[in-house]
Amino acid sequence: MRPTRATAILLWVILIALAALVAARARYTADLSAFLPRSPSPAQRLLVQQLREGIASRLILAGIEGATPADRARASLELGRRLRATGLFVSVSNGEPVGLDRDRAVLFGNRYLLSPQVTAERFSVAGLHAALSDSIDLLASPAGLLAKSLLPRDPTGEMLAVLDELGEDHRPASTNGAWTSRDGQRALLVAQTRAAGSDTDGQELAVRTIRREFGSTPGSRGLRLEMSGPGVFSVAARATIKHEVLRLSILSTVLILLLLLIVYRSPRAVLLGFIPVASGALAGVAAVALGFGLVHGITLGFGVTLIGESVDYSIYLFIQSRHNPGGSRQQLGGGSRQQLGDSSWQRNLWPTIRLGVLTSIAGFASLLPSGFPGLAQLGLYSIAGLVTAALVTRWVLPELLPQNLHIRDTTPLGVAAAKALRRLHAPRLWLILVPILSGVVLYLHRDTVWNRELTALSPVSAHDQALDSRLRSDLGAPDPRYLIVVSGHDQESALQSAERVGRRLDPLAQDGSIDGYDSPTRYLPSQATQRARQAAIPATTELRERLQQALVGLPLRAERLEPFLQDAEAARTQALLTHDTLAGTSLATGVDALLLRDGERWSALLPLRVSDAFASAISRVQSTVSEAAPGDAVVLDIKGEADRLYSSYLSEVVRLSMAGFVAILVLLIAALRSVTRTVRVVAPLVLAVLTVAAGLVLLGHQLTILHLIGMLLIVAVGSNYALFFDRRSAEGHAGAVALTLASLLLANAATVVGFGVLAFSTVPVLSAMGSTVAPGALLALIFAALLAGDLPDTARA
Amino acid sequence: MAAEARALRWWAMGLAILLVFTSQASLASDELDRVMAALAQRKHGHVTFTERKFIALLERPVESSGELLYDAPDRLEKRTLKPRAESLVLQAGVVSARRGRRTYVLDLHQYPQILPFIESIRATLAGDRVALERVFQLEFSGSFSDWTLELAPHDAQLAGTVRQIRIAGGQDRVHTVEIREADGDRSVLSIGTELSP
Repeated sequence: MRPTRATAILLWVILIALAALVAARARYTADLSAFLPRSPSPAQRLLVQQLREGIASRLILAGIEGATPADRARASLELGRRLRATGLFVSVSNGEPVGLDRDRAVLFGNRYLLSPQVTAERFSVAGLHAALSDSIDLLASPAGLLAKSLLPRDPTGEMLAVLDELGEDHRPASTNGAWTSRDGQRALLVAQTRAAGSDTDGQELAVRTIRREFGSTPGSRGLRLEMSGPGVFSVAARATIKHEVLRLSILSTVLILLLLLIVYRSPRAVLLGFIPVASGALAGVAAVALGFGLVHGITLGFGVTLIGESVDYSIYLFIQSRHNPGGSRQQLGGGSRQQLGDSSWQRNLWPTIRLGVLTSIAGFASLLPSGFPGLAQLGLYSIAGLVTAALVTRWVLPELLPQNLHIRDTTPLGVAAAKALRRLHAPRLWLILVPILSGVVLYLHRDTVWNRELTALSPVSAHDQALDSRLRSDLGAPDPRYLIVVSGHDQESALQSAERVGRRLDPLAQDGSIDGYDSPTRYLPSQATQRARQAAIPATTELRERLQQALVGLPLRAERLEPFLQDAEAARTQALLTHDTLAGTSLATGVDALLLRDGERWSALLPLRVSDAFASAISRVQSTVSEAAPGDAVVLDIKGEADRLYSSYLSEVVRLSMAGFVAILVLLIAALRSVTRTVRVVAPLVLAVLTVAAGLVLLGHQLTILHLIGMLLIVAVGSNYALFFDRRSAEGHAGAVALTLASLLLANAATVVGFGVLAFSTVPVLSAMGSTVAPGALLALIFAALLAGDLPDTARA
Repeated sequence: MAAEARALRWWAMGLAILLVFTSQASLASDELDRVMAALAQRKHGHVTFTERKFIALLERPVESSGELLYDAPDRLEKRTLKPRAESLVLQAGVVSARRGRRTYVLDLHQYPQILPFIESIRATLAGDRVALERVFQLEFSGSFSDWTLELAPHDAQLAGTVRQIRIAGGQDRVHTVEIREADGDRSVLSIGTELSP
């Protein structure tokens, strides 16, 4: 039943208002979330959690360049002090000793709980004798002055043992009191934000604060501040995407408007033609917001491209309705203008457009089940956008057209196009070369056709990535690649398992298989271990007796060690170390970075330090770890996991695209009821895809997921062209060939402009899409025209 | 870590004090100027040492020994071999200490109390007596062939740790360095034979 004019318009107005409301209230993001899996494996979950919230995601690395080393150091120290005062950062490290006294007090007060040396053997007579001898030796060393002050309370050297355990081996060098790069050209600063890495707003505030404080630091003139880190990247990416989406949509809208204005010579027609486009864009955003709860910036960027495609429907309506028999037509200016709003268009052309829309939907629907949220959003956006644009063109737009709306007759354009095509037609055999040449090119480059690294999707520019790796190597803080993850049902069991794993790793660190590892238990041992250490200390009377015997032959009298006996007795009964005891120290930072809670599970992270040359040791670590804590511990290869993730996306997308292609085939066979016609529709699309792929490879591009999606789009968009040609051929109806050609040319030009603009985006995923679809759509039209069979003579039209 | 930094500070302090004599400095008279000039002539040194520390806590002194290396103008290394191996290197204002498997690096600029020691020593190496006197009260006695130089820090905080440094030598050679700490403990470092240049 056909809705009346009033109902159609009313429904449309209500739905658009609702969509606008949803779109206005939607949450927009530009972080990594579009690239992270929707239903991850346990290892991926950890990876995702680390990427979103882990300590690495909260680090902002900054370098100060220019002027003299002293200027840089002063600016760095001042900036550090200002940033610490803002409260936005958990810590700001730049070489300035901050909070060291409190750290030291906590360490000293808990040395018997923290020192791995505290065992029953150490407190035996022989153990005490050995420990005391060592400490006396230490008095002779340059460190003797410190050892001397500690000796009466800590004659067994537990404080030094604790410090050794916690020591940071990889601190950057300092000049003038501030951290500096190895070449001495940059002062370095590392800030850890309170905001999680996935909290782009929080990261933006942190980044802006750093810039502002730096700018207002006296003496910052002549100095440059460079920043890097995941938060900095996502802030920059969001800004770029925002800026680009706005710029590109305006640009492509203006260009398409101009194009239509030139062709239609009717501003009103141009504006009316954009009604389906705007409705589609709104509906797309609203659908994504409702379906995902969150709209990714990339999705909006992709929306730009739909302008080029959804405007096609109104172009078909405006241009092709002219030649439908029975259409009321008003000739103006000697037949050069035509009246629009022809109801018979709906009978004759709508079925073809409908089939085109359905093939597009079949293509995009294949993206919906993707585990890659970015793609799923993209699929939903396109389906909602195209369906809305088509429906609005079909039911609403004709009702809105005023009686006296006219556009220029486009027949001459079509006639010219047909002439050009006929000239190409004669030697059509050359088309066979297209798949052969493309196939050869792709075959020759078969090993480098696909980019298999996750960074291929990264919105971060190569320049920024280089800056990041430079700052990281300056700081001696390479991305930890391997992470042992030990989990437990509560904090205590996770810590105990981490201790078991640590005990197995120690021999590997000693024999040099690994350079070392870090563990939260260094900052916060499990309660069980702490209790065991307490139990290792004998009661005062017993300890005094053993001490007497242990001191035989040593130049130290027991009376001097009364403070030790008191401290040891206090340690036996002191409250165990907890996360709260550590609050406000750098130890708490260490624990927070390495001990995570995920719902009911606790995970202890043990980052491994492994030089690349010894990556083979990882398999040893793996077996060691699984022996130590069967089922609770995994070795996570972060880069490997990320690349595996991307590879899985890639193969998934290949599978989904194939499925989409098959769906389109099935749909076409069902609708056209002819294999020959289906082949004729599909062949130009396949040729276009092959040519574009070969062209991109020849130009030195490595193909990513987004190129693949672009190819799917070529099929979706190009099927419209092929279907129109097919309809003409099948019906053998020559009358409207010129207008069909004209409308297809215009629609194609709009699509090429829409995607072509995208090709100039600085966001890699957007430019990949644009540089694939723009030439692909053009080629699809050309191939479709060439394969359409002999065109009837337009002179008769 | 605070204590680690503290340990380094002490190490650096020890080194700074060490430098005072190795490099030798401008003195309080013509003789002092002569000694200083002679010391400034020396571009390289490699000697053995024995150090005895007299600590109230202990009933007998603790002893260590090893080698000292000096290269003009600002590199000094103290290589302790007994009772256990460790080394302390000062180069261009940065101290690195190695003990066992670990290496500690310390930028002297972070420790303003130590900086005057080092800076004045550096100046002294170039024969700048004024720089030395900026930090210490100098007292010279004896003759060019057998001299004693006593250094007392001007700075009260510095004097709270090290009361006096007493350096004895002959001509361009240093024989002993005695450091007297504020708490009465002291250490005596005796320079032994010259090793290969």
